[in-house]
Amino acid sequence: MQIFKITADMSDSVKQKMKQAFFKTTQVFKTVMPMLTGVLLLVSLLHQFFKNNYQHWFSGNLILDPFIGAIAGSISFGMPVTSYVVGGELLHAGVSLLAVTAFIMSWTTVGLIMIPLEASALGIRFAIIRNILNFIFALIVAISTVSTLKFLF
Amino acid sequence: MSKVSGRIKFLIIILLVYLIVGLIKPTLSLNALRYFVGMLPKVLPILTLVFIILFFTNMLLSPSKINKHLGKNSGVKGWLYAIAGGIFISGPPYILYPMLGELKKHGARNGLLATMLYNRNVKIYFLPAIIYYFNLRYAVILSIYIILFSILNGILLEFIVSENE
Repeated sequence: MQIFKITADMSDSVKQKMKQAFFKTTQVFKTVMPMLTGVLLLVSLLHQFFKNNYQHWFSGNLILDPFIGAIAGSISFGMPVTSYVVGGELLHAGVSLLAVTAFIMSWTTVGLIMIPLEASALGIRFAIIRNILNFIFALIVAISTVSTLKFLF
Repeated sequence: MSKVSGRIKFLIIILLVYLIVGLIKPTLSLNALRYFVGMLPKVLPILTLVFIILFFTNMLLSPSKINKHLGKNSGVKGWLYAIAGGIFISGPPYILYPMLGELKKHGARNGLLATMLYNRNVKIYFLPAIIYYFNLRYAVILSIYIILFSILNGILLEFIVSENE
C-alpha cells in the first residue's frame, strides 16, 4: 500500500512539473512568435534585394574591401554553409581572401536583421554590444587568418 | 485602450513596409511573400523541435543545475561547455535565441552565451564545404581563431554588459 501511495505522489509531482514546463514553454513561444514572424518577413523582403548582387559591392580596394565584406555579411542571413558558397564564388570572381573571410565571419556572427529578436530573448544591451564586438572581431579574425596563412605557408 | 507590445508593433511595422513596397513594386512584395511561405515548411518542424527541447529544459533543468555548469561559479568548465555547446548546437539564430534566453533566465552567464553563439561558426559537418571552396589549412586556422576569439568575445561582453541587463 505504502509503495502505491509513494508512486501516486511521484506521478502527481511529475504531472505538476510537466504542466508548469508546458505553461512556461507556451509563454516563451507567445513572446517570440510575433517577433520571429516579423524577422522572417523582413529576411524574405531583403533577400529579394540582395540575391546575386554581392559581387557588385566590392571595389577591388585592399583596405576598403574587408570593411565592405564585413558589412555585407552583417546584413546577410542564412546557414553558415551558404556563406562559404557565396564566399567561394567571390574568391573566384577576384575578391581578396581578406574581404571574403571578413564576409564569412560577419555572416554568422553578426546579425543586424536579427537584433530585435536577439534583444527580446537576451536583452537589448547584450544584442547591440555582441553585434558590435563581433563586427570588429570579424575584421581581426580575417586579418589574423590571412596573415597566419601567409606567414606559415 | 489596451497597450500593444513592442513585438506586435514590430510585426505591424514590417507588414506596413510590405504594403508600401507592394504599392510601389507589387512583384517584389509578392516574391518576398512567396519566399516567406516557402520558408515555413523548413521552419515549422524546427520550431516544433525547439518547443520539445524547451519543454524538457524547463522540466528537467533547474536554475541550480544551469548555475553549476554555465553560471557564475562554473569556472573553466563553463567556458569549455560554452565552446563545445556552440560547436555542436545547430540551427538558425532565430531558433537559438529563445533557447539561450531560457538558459539566461535560469542563470547562465552572458559571456558564456556569447561564446556559445560565436562558436556556431565552427561546424565539423561544414568542413567539406569550406575545404572545397578554400582549403584544409584555411579551415583549420580559421577554426582555431574563431575558438580563441569566442573566449575574448565572452570576456569583453561580460565586462561591458552586466548580468542583470
